[in-house]
Amino acid sequence: MTFSSLLAASQTQTTFQTIPVLVLLPVFGAIAVALTPNARIGVHKMLATIFTGVTGAISVWLLTAFETNGEFQFISQQTWIKSLGIDWFAGIDGISLFLVVLTGLLFPFVVIAIDPKHDHKAYYIWIQLLQTGCMGVFVSLDLFMFFVFFEIVLIPMYFLIGKWGHGNAQYAATKFFLYTMFGSALMLVSIVSLAVLHAQNSDSELTFNLLEIATNPAIATNTSRLLFLGFAIAFAVKVPLFPVHTWLPDAHTEAPTAGSVILAGVMLKLGTYGFIRFGLFLFPEASHFFAPLFLTLGVIGIVYGAIVATMQRDLKRLVAYSSIAHLGFIILGTFALNTQGIQGATVQMINHGLSTGALFMLVGIIYERKHTRQISELSGIQKSAPVLAGVFTLVMLSSIGLPGLNGFVGEFLILLGTFTANRWWAVVAATGVILAALYLLWAYQRVFHGPQISEDEPTKDLTNWERLTLLPLIVAIVFLGIYPKPMLDRIEPAVDKLVSHIEETIEDGSFTEPVPTTQNRTTFSDLLKETHESHSYDKYGDSHHDNHHDHESDHENESHSGDHE
Amino acid sequence: MSAINVLAHESIQTPSVAWTGLLPIIILATAGVLLLTICSLFPKRVTNKFSSIYTQLAAVAALSSTFSLWDKVQNKSEGPYSTLAGAFGVDGFSIFVTMLITVCLILISPLAETFLKREKIDGPEPYVLMLLAATGGIIMAGANDFIILFLGIEVLSISSYILAAMNSRRIQSQEAGLKYFVLGAFASGFLLYGIALLYGATGSTSFSAIKNFTQDVELTNDTLLLASLALLIVGLAFKVSAVPFHFWSPDVYQGSPTPFVAFMASVVKAAGFAAILRVLYVTLGEYRADWQPAIYAIAIATLLTGSLLAIVQTDLKRMLAYSSISHAGYLLVGTQAASDQGVKAVLFYLATYAFMVIGSFTVIALNAGDCGTRTSLDSVAGLATKKPLLGIAFTIFLLGQAGIPLTSGFFAKFYVIEAAVEESSYILAVVAMITAVIGAFLYLRILVKVWLTKPEESEENENIHIPNEIKIVLGIAVVVTMFLGIWPEPLLEMVQRAIPELIAG
Repeated sequence: MTFSSLLAASQTQTTFQTIPVLVLLPVFGAIAVALTPNARIGVHKMLATIFTGVTGAISVWLLTAFETNGEFQFISQQTWIKSLGIDWFAGIDGISLFLVVLTGLLFPFVVIAIDPKHDHKAYYIWIQLLQTGCMGVFVSLDLFMFFVFFEIVLIPMYFLIGKWGHGNAQYAATKFFLYTMFGSALMLVSIVSLAVLHAQNSDSELTFNLLEIATNPAIATNTSRLLFLGFAIAFAVKVPLFPVHTWLPDAHTEAPTAGSVILAGVMLKLGTYGFIRFGLFLFPEASHFFAPLFLTLGVIGIVYGAIVATMQRDLKRLVAYSSIAHLGFIILGTFALNTQGIQGATVQMINHGLSTGALFMLVGIIYERKHTRQISELSGIQKSAPVLAGVFTLVMLSSIGLPGLNGFVGEFLILLGTFTANRWWAVVAATGVILAALYLLWAYQRVFHGPQISEDEPTKDLTNWERLTLLPLIVAIVFLGIYPKPMLDRIEPAVDKLVSHIEETIEDGSFTEPVPTTQNRTTFSDLLKETHESHSYDKYGDSHHDNHHDHESDHENESHSGDHE
Repeated sequence: MSAINVLAHESIQTPSVAWTGLLPIIILATAGVLLLTICSLFPKRVTNKFSSIYTQLAAVAALSSTFSLWDKVQNKSEGPYSTLAGAFGVDGFSIFVTMLITVCLILISPLAETFLKREKIDGPEPYVLMLLAATGGIIMAGANDFIILFLGIEVLSISSYILAAMNSRRIQSQEAGLKYFVLGAFASGFLLYGIALLYGATGSTSFSAIKNFTQDVELTNDTLLLASLALLIVGLAFKVSAVPFHFWSPDVYQGSPTPFVAFMASVVKAAGFAAILRVLYVTLGEYRADWQPAIYAIAIATLLTGSLLAIVQTDLKRMLAYSSISHAGYLLVGTQAASDQGVKAVLFYLATYAFMVIGSFTVIALNAGDCGTRTSLDSVAGLATKKPLLGIAFTIFLLGQAGIPLTSGFFAKFYVIEAAVEESSYILAVVAMITAVIGAFLYLRILVKVWLTKPEESEENENIHIPNEIKIVLGIAVVVTMFLGIWPEPLLEMVQRAIPELIAG
């Protein structure tokens, strides 16, 4: 439908190409840092700040220039390897927009806020290359290009953990690298098979173009399920989902603060984003087929992550396990396969990036002051560092999902979406919210309350500089909690389009939509979304009957009216 | 009387020789023999430096002679041709391998020079042997007859046996040479027996005659042919150190002088795969249903053995020996596809791997100290701190071999996987990628040492001196590895036109 017109349009577009600049600017930054002498640490930091900062500024500009519709925008396309049908093909839609912005902003934030302890030059080079890699993943619309970026992020992160981490950093870095590479190894086979089968079955040239393959899959159901698993394993490792999560606590604990912030903030999203962009989009049928599996794994992640987090003695490890629980929510929302669920998952990706990123920052700050992360060795920090305690409380509450803060919006939408589609999973998952309150509040109580440990001098409170650097995160956390509408509005059309793509494909087969019960739809929905809810009801109501076209036109009317509001 | 008259009138028919097609062989062989002669005439004048430059010049000459041949063969009106009564073929494939071998020779000579100077080995023999071995490799790539193929293999092998034992003062080197020789001789025996049986089955040793025979004749009993096929696979698999014929390679790699290990890993491997493709894909293509399963099994065994055994090694050269075995596995995955795509993948892989492996062994040789024996994993500890640029180069070669994107090694693996998938060998593709992960662990182990470990505190840690010509070699290898990792199109286009063809005799 619209994809082909998009493709045609993209070929003629010759205006200023934002996306390539966005992706490649940090590379030039890295080169610039590499060319300055080793001793000029200040210059390294300044250059890194400028280059990542300009990248961030461009990403914010995208936010304003983005048109609220479900199309891919800022398309840039360039033939890369002609004989293999590989293109540089990049663009963003509502789903990737905020991840791009998050990537754009979190990196300059990390560069400014956290200084490495040694080897400054190499550090700034790797950080900037990492930004390029993450940015590349989020804008790729070509499977091959996506894979290249997906895999290349391993190298900078490997060195960041291995060289600047503490404790058993080399072990953690190697484990991280191998786990992720194992996943992507299978994904590469899937990508190649998908492209080759697509070319053979549709009798066309070999292409890795995501949109072409997704709109014209031409692949047998069983094959596509296998291929989906190839992708899914890669993403599951990256997320990480329950049985393959063991690299994450190690990597997080041993990583330097900057590494943890980026790992939690951006890199885990590569997996969840991959599920939405590639898993669901390319394999709607298989996603639906395997949805119970992934819902279950997501729920296991939520409960297991929460329980293990409760048991942790190391504050950083606790936050790491809480990540596993949060990402379980994102998976849950994704595989609810409806608008609320996927929208919630997208929102939650951003929220998790903000709150967990901030939590890791704060844990890093505590570690710097006390030189320990053992909860038992920390006590009574609040007395001498009230601001630190206050900030920690706010961030923690956002992570728990307190209404009024950003975490609530995402979790609520996810639970809503899951409940309409798969009720019992949602019921179990909701306990995760309670458990989150348990482990975080308990940890908070042990670390910040209680008697001060006497032999130490009083803990220094946040410095002005630290307050200043944390401020943007806190503003974002509060703003998105109180007024998420601008964000939801931009995400919604793209998610709608994805959901209708999934439904179209599934309706061809023997798919029966899970019956949403009427009562729970009406009670919850008004709380958050005023604009679009009616149309999403229509969709679920309609999909049982066969008036697909009516539904389609409804959808268009709705989105138009949505634009005007 | 009359008989004599007949002889006088009809002189013996000699086949016409297209000399230009043989130019690379002639140049390299003559250069080798000439160097030996010059050396015997003026033993004092022929220095190590002279021999090295001489070798490089000869290789450059051979390389430049291939350019016009390449154009000629690619030209539609002329195309591939055979010479020496159909015994030697000139097509895109043979010329591509010739180019590759000569380039390797150019890159390895400076390293050999440094090594020989350090070990105080005089005389041009190593260079002569390298030139002759390269000649043998080129003959293998262009052979259009089993006799010629065997000739090429023997020229290559015997030269490599001696190269392995070149450092005659070291017992490890002698042991390596002897081991290589004894096992290699066995393999040659198998190969020869296979050729003999094939002659018995088809009545010819000419590739084109055998191909025509297999196309035209429906054998009611093809036992003989299948037996010969099995023996040929054994003989050829030995040359490329495929499992289970790989046992020589770790010992030989560890014991041999490092420059010649680089030679074996690049030139010998390239020539070996050229022969495998010629024999299996082109000549016995009709029997692919019979040899494909065998290669499939060998490929899986090679991939797994190479990568699994590599990670438990503690010596760099041994590590790379096993990793080179697993790379042979990828090449076999491409071979197994038995398609043009597979052949292209193999050629691409060979070309990119040559640069990476030469680069890696160059770094190891530089790091090995004056005695050339510091090749344990610990010896590279803190290399990046001591010599950042050398560390970066080494990292690029290792990441390339691990198949990380933006290095040529990634495209090599990608291409092989694509070829396998196109022929629906999904399991093989999955196994290949999983072994790539296992292999990555090996390279990470080295990288951890290079980047994340403090240098050893010992008097041996004097500054590593890197001669200028070696800097250039490393620079070329790095640039090629990175360039082809970002923009592989030029090489892809070349291998596109280097599919081996059956050249009528």
